[in-house]
Amino acid sequence: MNVQLSYKEGVLTAKLFGEIDHHSAKEMRETIDDTAQKLKPYCLRLDFTGVPFMDSSGIGLILGRVRMCGFWRGHVVLCGLSQNLNKMVELSGIAGVAAIERRAG
Amino acid sequence: MKALNQAQVCFSSNSVNESFGRAAVAAFLSQLDPTVADLTDMKTAVSEAVTNAIVHGYKDRMGTVYITIKIFENGKAVVRVRDKGCGIPDIEQAMEPLFTTGGEERAGLGFAVMQSFCDSVRVTSAVGRGTSVTLTKHFGRKE
Ligand SMILES: Nc1ncnc2c1ncn2[C@@H]1O[C@H](COP(=O)(O)OP(=O)(O)OP(=O)(O)O)[C@@H](O)[C@H]1O
Ligand SMILES: [Mg+2]
Repeated sequence: MNVQLSYKEGVLTAKLFGEIDHHSAKEMRETIDDTAQKLKPYCLRLDFTGVPFMDSSGIGLILGRVRMCGFWRGHVVLCGLSQNLNKMVELSGIAGVAAIERRAG
Repeated sequence: MKALNQAQVCFSSNSVNESFGRAAVAAFLSQLDPTVADLTDMKTAVSEAVTNAIVHGYKDRMGTVYITIKIFENGKAVVRVRDKGCGIPDIEQAMEPLFTTGGEERAGLGFAVMQSFCDSVRVTSAVGRGTSVTLTKHFGRKE
């Protein structure tokens, strides 16, 4: 499974695993949306710690979830971004619509 | 200029092959002893071009994606990704950041990523005939 979901007090966390491209993003999206649409969390945390590579499909995945959570006024937080994922995130300007959690240190 | 070494890969436009395409390029270019950052940049750019061929070029049918990789002097690598799909009617518009015909789940960032992660990107296309994307990047050696 390339997504591991957990829910606590209005926060849905999706831990993503493996490379994110157009092919793998589809399955991740379906898994996340299935649960998110039922729970309508006020916060969706996407954890990229287990993602070694991502292309612009990952940005599409994030933007789509921001849009979805907007329907119930929820927001999206990104965490665990490695240096090379961060490069992609910066280029996309996505920080304007999703919060980015930097780990201490 | 004559290439010092070259390779060709082609595969069906199944989306599961996106990872094969970029991994094949990275494997061939590893002989340049590149830094991880440079290799990841090229891998990302190739992933964009291959995905475009599969998602847009062969939107309504299966086809073949062709990749040619050439290595020149001084760590210069040229990767060409080609499809015989629908083609791009207006290349300039297609290359504008955020332009997409791909709908909700696409960001319209593919060409912007290729341009920022490579030294140069050249696109040629003919409607009904297909598209060719040429990515050029110089690889500095690791310490
Ligand atoms: N090989 C191709 N064949 C036909 N059309 C293409 C091809 N490559 C790109 N295009 C067109 O150019 C547009 C822009 O491509 P680009 O990669 O920048 O964004 P995208 O693929 O739509 O979104 P993203 O790459 O962020 O998922 C596409 O939406 C498509 O209309
Ligand atoms: Mg694209």
